[in-house]
Amino acid sequence: MKKIIVAGIALGAIVAGSVAQAQVGACLITKTDTNPFFVKMKEGATAKARELGIDLKSYAGKVDGDNASQVAAIETCIADGAKGILLTPSDTKAIVSSVRQARDAGILVIALDTPLDPIDAADATFATDNFLAGELIGKWAAAKLGADAANAKIGMLDIAISQPTVGVLRDQGFLQGFGIALGDPNKWGDETDSRIVGNDVTAGNEEGGRRAMENLLAIDPGINLIYTINEPAAAGAYEALKAIGREDDVLIVSVDGGCPGVANVKSGVIGATSQQYPLLMASLGIEAIKNWADNNVKPRPTPGKDFFDTGVSLVTDQPVPGVPSIDTTEGTNLCWG
Amino acid sequence: MPPQSDPQNFAKTTGGADEAVVEFDDQKHGFVTGLQHRLHQTPAAVPLIVLILSIVIFGLFLGAKFFAPFALTLILQQVAIVGIVAAAQSLVILTAGIDLSVGAIMVFSSVIMGQFTFRYGMPAEFAIACGLAAGMLMGAVNGVLVAFMRLPPFIVTLGTWQIFLAANFLYSANETIRSQDIAEKAAALQFFGEKFEIGGAVFTYGVVAMLLIVAVLTYALKHTAWGRHVYAVGDDPEAAELAGVRTKRVLVSIYVLAGLICAFAGWVLIGRIGSVSPTSGQLANIESITAVVIGGISLFGGRGSILGSLFGALIVGVFSLGLRMVGTDPQWTFLLIGMLIIFAVTVDQWIRKVSA
Amino acid sequence: MIQPVLQTHSLVKHFGRVVALDHCEFELRAGEILAIIGDNGAGKSTLIKIISGALKPDDGQIFLNGEQVHFASPLEARKAGIETVYQSLALSPALSIADNMFLGREQRKKGWLGSIFRLLDHAGMAQSARDKLSALGLMTIQNIGQAVETLSGGQRQGIAVARAVAFKSQVVIMDEPTAALGVKESRRVLELIREVKASGLPIVLISHNMPHVFEVADRIHIHRLGRRLCVIDPQEYSMSDAVAFMTGAKEPPLMPNDS
Repeated sequence: MKKIIVAGIALGAIVAGSVAQAQVGACLITKTDTNPFFVKMKEGATAKARELGIDLKSYAGKVDGDNASQVAAIETCIADGAKGILLTPSDTKAIVSSVRQARDAGILVIALDTPLDPIDAADATFATDNFLAGELIGKWAAAKLGADAANAKIGMLDIAISQPTVGVLRDQGFLQGFGIALGDPNKWGDETDSRIVGNDVTAGNEEGGRRAMENLLAIDPGINLIYTINEPAAAGAYEALKAIGREDDVLIVSVDGGCPGVANVKSGVIGATSQQYPLLMASLGIEAIKNWADNNVKPRPTPGKDFFDTGVSLVTDQPVPGVPSIDTTEGTNLCWG
Repeated sequence: MPPQSDPQNFAKTTGGADEAVVEFDDQKHGFVTGLQHRLHQTPAAVPLIVLILSIVIFGLFLGAKFFAPFALTLILQQVAIVGIVAAAQSLVILTAGIDLSVGAIMVFSSVIMGQFTFRYGMPAEFAIACGLAAGMLMGAVNGVLVAFMRLPPFIVTLGTWQIFLAANFLYSANETIRSQDIAEKAAALQFFGEKFEIGGAVFTYGVVAMLLIVAVLTYALKHTAWGRHVYAVGDDPEAAELAGVRTKRVLVSIYVLAGLICAFAGWVLIGRIGSVSPTSGQLANIESITAVVIGGISLFGGRGSILGSLFGALIVGVFSLGLRMVGTDPQWTFLLIGMLIIFAVTVDQWIRKVSA
Repeated sequence: MIQPVLQTHSLVKHFGRVVALDHCEFELRAGEILAIIGDNGAGKSTLIKIISGALKPDDGQIFLNGEQVHFASPLEARKAGIETVYQSLALSPALSIADNMFLGREQRKKGWLGSIFRLLDHAGMAQSARDKLSALGLMTIQNIGQAVETLSGGQRQGIAVARAVAFKSQVVIMDEPTAALGVKESRRVLELIREVKASGLPIVLISHNMPHVFEVADRIHIHRLGRRLCVIDPQEYSMSDAVAFMTGAKEPPLMPNDS
């Protein structure tokens, strides 16, 4: 009997000791692992994790919108005993219950790039200020068009009919920056300004961009300004314009700041793009998890905002007064993908 | 002796009865049965009627803008790629199979064409040939698994879809090759994006390719022995085998041809979007199956015309553009497409009920 | 003695430890209808499959018109002139009558249209199909382009038989031709069988239907325990005799040359 107790205590000590020595576990769960944006995020997270001695496991959905895989990943992380989860949610509402489960288990959950709905469902959000990103290109476009801005014909290329937050924020930010009154700021497509020819969805890729552009041109072939949700959609829209010979008559603005996108700004396909910093989002996220694991401190949002702003810069070779920007050379240095 | 005691002769007493059993009398029991018979002969009639009706209705709503040659030929351009993939899908579905890997074959082939040109510096024409060959190879994998290993096509192509798609992402490293780079260095890759105008109508070479492919396949299926064998294999494979059709060879040839056509669609895709993007074509399998089903080709095999799948693709295109121009929420397009599918399958089942 | 059209000598076939054919003899004479009857498991379907090329024998020989033949597949047997009308008919329901008649042996148009473009001669095949059906007394064909599935069982049987006799055949094997048919339609099919015989083709008829067998057969080959038990003349024996021989209840008459 005594031998069993002694053995038990010894075993317990060994286990406790090994637990104390175990690395802090963290999880990165992205929407997909094929979009270069998330590839860069993973790079940033991995590098920072290695630097800080954190054991990072990565998961991803199969497609943008694949909520089920993300739910499964969160459950795995909880079972694994992770201390923190970095998440780019595919479905900003549906994932909330799994996130609550994780937080109840003492895990720090940080939303990256795309805020959850409601935003405080996560402990913190590290993201681009997508509204500001839209505003920057809106202001730039208004200044670029000058007097013509009053009669501009605007085509809005959004991402999906489910209207995820990132799409809504950029769309509405652009309109506000341009000077158009918003309807309900929580959705796009309800504005009444006659300058807007229409909205269409692109799924954020070239095929969708081309098709959406063609559809809007069929409604009004005189469109001269296009807002696009991201640079692949912009590239597709450009092909549609090229097909009717109007690629030089139309101004295209976008958001992302990926390297192919910045190259497109340089070559004149895109007029200006708002650049965001996925690598920074991820590495700051890892740092926050370490802070939580070691000191039980949660990250704080940027003052005045309900998320931590990882920054956005306007990239263009045609700067306009009143809108700060960087040129494509600097943009290329900072680009991702 | 009682007359019926000769057991060998009892059946002969029916000899005096009416012998008109083996006649080919095409009795018509009225308009509905007649319609059923006629649709049985020309299965592509229903989607054609729906297509014409939808063009007329949208034309009435939208007026000259929709009937303009620009808008109508725009629809052709928008459905060109789905139309080509749907032709490949039609071939497979005619054999009572299904191919979920069509989109993956298309995009992987386009990536091979792009990467062989830019990563290895090969001439574009050679890279294109390699891409087409890769498509045939992927098709052959499907064909061998279905024909020789006798695995169900749904399961086989479910697996190969994942495999080809993953290979696509791994090989391309998620890299997109920009349209401007391609235009500069390897314009041949964008060939099918080139266009020509007739009056106000704009046709791309991609549209011409789609129409040619459908025409060639329609001819082959109707007027060659191979085409008859394809229908026979889809209709009743055991009967076909007993009748002397080499069913395994026919099946493999179908999947290889489908792979080739999908790889070709990958080339046309580069022409349409300008760039080589490994994330394209994610929905091509669903969209092609939709076009095939709306086009009246039976999922049970052996019936239908490839023209039907062309009409099916056009119907989806007309609805999409028409509803956009009317200004409806894009969600309505999905709803109507769903209803069209149910309608098409119901009509197919009704046509099948024709019997003596 | 006149040489038989089709003959086997000492055929042996095993399936694992089961002996399906045990040195089986078989003989089909010119212009006759030979019925094969036997209880289930007696081995008659194995015999038929070997003759039609669907199976290869383990031992023994097959002679067609006096020459030894080997069939690696049903296709080869068909090319040699042995046609089979299967119980399932092997017709493709969605295809037309003409399509079915020529399935696997389609005719192409003459010249470059046929060789380069592989264009089928639809009109030629349709006419040919009509002719062959008429020759067998299958009258009033109004629509040769009709799908086979729109026909009744008896009509389909007619097409299958017409197909079997249409292409320079030497032997026709019919497997249970009346099994799925009603009385009237069976009558018609039996007449069809007689017309095929009248055109000079010998027929091997497999059937469980004793009245039909005794009506049309010239000789009846009784198969039992993997070999030919005896061959009887339906004029000399009754149906109950045949059944008794088949099941072993009665001793069969001896064959000349039988051991």
